[in-house]
Amino acid sequence: MYEGVVQNLIDELGLLPGVGPKSAQRIAFHLLAADPADVKRLAHALLEVKERVRFCRVCGNVAAEEECRICRDQRRDPHVICVVEESKDVVAIEKTREFRGRYHVLGGAISPIDGVGPDDLRIRELMARLADGQVTELILATDPNLEGEATATYLARLVKPMGLKVTRLASGLPVGGDLEYADEVTLGRAFEGRRLLDV
Amino acid sequence: MSLYRDEGVVLRTQKLGEADRIITVLTKRTGKVRGVAKGVRKTMSRFGARLEPFTHVDLQLHEGRSLDVITQVETLRPYGEALVADYPRYTAGTAMLETADRLTLGEKEPALRQFLLLVGGLRTLVEGEHEARLVLDAYFLRSLAVAGYAPALSECARCGAEAVRAFAIVAGGVVCGACRPPGAAVPAAETIALMIALLRGDWPMADASEPRHRTECSGLVAAYLQWHLEHGIRSLRHVEREPARGPEPPWTPAREPGRASPWDGTRGFGPESTPDSHIFRA
Ligand SMILES: [Zn+2]
Ligand SMILES: [Zn+2]
Repeated sequence: MYEGVVQNLIDELGLLPGVGPKSAQRIAFHLLAADPADVKRLAHALLEVKERVRFCRVCGNVAAEEECRICRDQRRDPHVICVVEESKDVVAIEKTREFRGRYHVLGGAISPIDGVGPDDLRIRELMARLADGQVTELILATDPNLEGEATATYLARLVKPMGLKVTRLASGLPVGGDLEYADEVTLGRAFEGRRLLDV
Repeated sequence: MSLYRDEGVVLRTQKLGEADRIITVLTKRTGKVRGVAKGVRKTMSRFGARLEPFTHVDLQLHEGRSLDVITQVETLRPYGEALVADYPRYTAGTAMLETADRLTLGEKEPALRQFLLLVGGLRTLVEGEHEARLVLDAYFLRSLAVAGYAPALSECARCGAEAVRAFAIVAGGVVCGACRPPGAAVPAAETIALMIALLRGDWPMADASEPRHRTECSGLVAAYLQWHLEHGIRSLRHVEREPARGPEPPWTPAREPGRASPWDGTRGFGPESTPDSHIFRA
């Protein structure tokens, strides 16, 4: 245990994902030894991200304004929506340069055991976007694991009466993993080989 | 520190650090085990989907100081694959896993009957011959029975009298007029008969039951289960009841030819033991 403020910092850092008590301690002492200007820049970046970044009111992606960069881009195909779990999945798919449509970020996947049901995700917002009939294809790019699959099954069944084309990323994506870990080539191939979902 | 091997059903997974997961498995011989699967979230992981919930696996673990480490895993039955394609079945299966987790309190305390019951329940769910919620309610009643909480259904839970009128969770099942506590539910006689059928594995009778009795049965069983587990089963709120069935099943049953499920019989709490597979060559 260290004196008040140092221990506070270690405790706060230890709450971050992937940071254990050892790493928290290492980062804290790195910051203690660092140039004050560097630490100020980091502190500023932390504050700014909370103050300025919000979620796109259309797709739920992280955005610097009311709507995200992709939703504001008139060149993006408004007829295709790719549904993902998290904003970081948008980044992963954008890197492939395979997709020119729009996104919808659910904010997670259905996971009854964790108490997360359809109502806890941005599914109502998705249905609202589909209501005007402009969208003709819905690509379900939830994670290729059990919860992602179950979420895709739920969505496919939900939108079935709307009569649009529903596809699921397919070939090459190894099941069980997180989408964010897929490399660009594999993910790009999965887009090309997406299969029609029929429920 | 030593290696051990067992077969089991993956109950749940929790993220750990950047790419690892803690996997909770209900095993046949060892009981409930929590093990770390390193690098499992990377798409190139050698574990692949084998450590997803519902999977019946054969696995090898290395005993660690706090958590064991999973070193090898092979799939015996990928129940999750079939379940995710059917949302009501998937949600029913999830409630089974959560209940199995909650009813096996201690880690590494052998719970063979709970294991066999879970495998039997998942298999029956995947086969798709009975309504998912019926299979789930049968599983609830039987797993409670294995845990020592079987509800009294034929005689008064308090005095043993035969003329029963009400169902009282606090009393432990059906009660007679004299023993009936205030606030006890008064279900239809057919509902109690359905509960008896589900507990015994009398599928012809359970399948012939009417929707309103099934709904009433589910309500009583859920309340009884939640009372015994103190905290609720979280996934239960998300279990969907499938719409009333026509003559054709809504999906193709993934049934293995020539292999009868013990759940088809009038008794039986689980499957015969899985054949030993020789998967850990050297
Ligand atoms: Zn947007
Ligand atoms: Zn009595």
